[in-house]
Amino acid sequence: MGGFDFDVIERSVGYLFREGMTFTLTLTGMAALGGIVFGTLLAMMRLSSFRVLAIVATGYVNLMRSIPLLLVIFWFYFLVPYIGAWMTGSSQPIQVGAFASSVITFTMFEAAYYSEIMRAGIQSIPRGQVSAGYALGLDYWQTMGRIVLPQAFRNMIPILLTQTIILFQDTSLVYVLSITDFLGAASKIAQRDGRLVEMYLFAALVYFVISFSLSVVVKRLQQKIAIVR
Amino acid sequence: MAASVEVAGLEHAYDTQPVVRGLSFSLAAGGIGCLLGPSGCGKTTVLRCLAGFEPLRAGTIAFSGRVVSSPGRSVPPESRGVGMVFQDYALFPHLDVTRNVAFGLERRTAADRDARVRRMLGLVGLADVGRAYPHELSGGQQQRVALARALAPEPELLLLDEPFSNLDVDLRERLSVEVRAILKETGITAILVTHDQHEAFAIADEVGIMNEGVIDQWASPYDVYHRPRSRFVADFVGQGVFVRGVADSSGRLVTELGELEGEWPPGVAAGDAVDVLLRPDDIVHDDSSPWRAVVRSKTFRGAEFLYTLALASGTRVLAVVPSHHDHAIGESIGIRLEIDHVVAFHAVADPSA
Repeated sequence: MGGFDFDVIERSVGYLFREGMTFTLTLTGMAALGGIVFGTLLAMMRLSSFRVLAIVATGYVNLMRSIPLLLVIFWFYFLVPYIGAWMTGSSQPIQVGAFASSVITFTMFEAAYYSEIMRAGIQSIPRGQVSAGYALGLDYWQTMGRIVLPQAFRNMIPILLTQTIILFQDTSLVYVLSITDFLGAASKIAQRDGRLVEMYLFAALVYFVISFSLSVVVKRLQQKIAIVR
Repeated sequence: MAASVEVAGLEHAYDTQPVVRGLSFSLAAGGIGCLLGPSGCGKTTVLRCLAGFEPLRAGTIAFSGRVVSSPGRSVPPESRGVGMVFQDYALFPHLDVTRNVAFGLERRTAADRDARVRRMLGLVGLADVGRAYPHELSGGQQQRVALARALAPEPELLLLDEPFSNLDVDLRERLSVEVRAILKETGITAILVTHDQHEAFAIADEVGIMNEGVIDQWASPYDVYHRPRSRFVADFVGQGVFVRGVADSSGRLVTELGELEGEWPPGVAAGDAVDVLLRPDDIVHDDSSPWRAVVRSKTFRGAEFLYTLALASGTRVLAVVPSHHDHAIGESIGIRLEIDHVVAFHAVADPSA
């Protein structure tokens, strides 16, 4: 492999993981957590008997699922400062850092997908479980929080994790905001040292190893927590 | 404190489909009532209305004189003091037996809660399965856990929705007797729904026979069986056949199996045709009897035979006869009627309808 110089990887690997991967994992973790919490609320709204809540949540989910992620990232980064300024009555666009902006964007975008998973999970719990909760003197929030959601969440863990693996890969799109995530960091080194092929190959390999190992774990989990009734 | 239950003029509809049409009954505190009816008669809907899961279209439901449901106003299920045992038990699969039973005991202290759970599990005879998960238990055990869970918060009223329908027949009969004993021991008021009359008779003090959204008759199991108030009740409860007869001027009912003393059904005048209900146990095998019938088929039941007999007119009746009277099909045997309460209805055009 005469023209290639794989030493560049060895030289930059510390930086790539310390700077890049840390950001990527932080973003993935926070967006997954926020997305699952927000998504669960959306799912509860969609299944609510209050029509208005159901319509609002359905509209939101459909909107997010019909727009390319890249566009949502752009839209958020460039528009939110102005909307924030308008809402607070300030004359200057408010400052939203690239990190905060990307966490919010991914949380809101992924919430739409997580909500569909949680909706299926909630619907998989027999109605009798809810009735049983009420009959034991629990109110709606207690019934959801202690009977329905724990079971729904448990049943859906493999699918939630699969969605999180996709999120992990999608976070690389923040490069459009010039953020140094893992791919961004690799890209910077590649440009600086003129080693595009080597760096992008290495980045791809890292994404592959992480995503693939996680999906193996998911498969194991799926067998282990098969619903017991 | 057990509650009395008063239901008056209850109506309910799913969308525009009326399911319950003006149903009323009342049950004294500590009583066990049972709604018995064919599937689709609305009995589970009534139970869901009592639990507070369904809105009422008309009528009222009151517990101990306190109205809990009326059109547009309903005490939410969690505030009614009602326990419920579901057809599929609805045990929480992610919690063990102890935590299932402790679920309704949130507001108590830990010590009180533990004591209560232990007492409840002891009451249903499952003191040693506290650590097991629901899927590790048999159907009968799950059913008893469900009962313990529903009784734990000391509800004023317990509702049971087809509680034994998922169990095999032997267990069903044994458990219904056990459950009655448990309910009587706690002194709670209970209402169950079922389509199985043996279950209803085994467990209930009073039975309501439901038909198309109303209660045809609300009475003791004995009266429902022996003094049915409508043709539907007579048909639905127990086995039996209607035999055509005539109300004669002497005040008796004349059938082809002899004359019967009994009250005329309402609206019947002398000379009118009536249909008299003959249960298998109303017909007694008696060789010296002048009335004869031909054995058409027979079912061996161990202690007795259930004979299907053809009368002279061709009408078929059922008779339970001790099994040492083994008669061949086609044989003519002597029978007579032995009826304590004559049940008769104004005849309809076709007695088999």
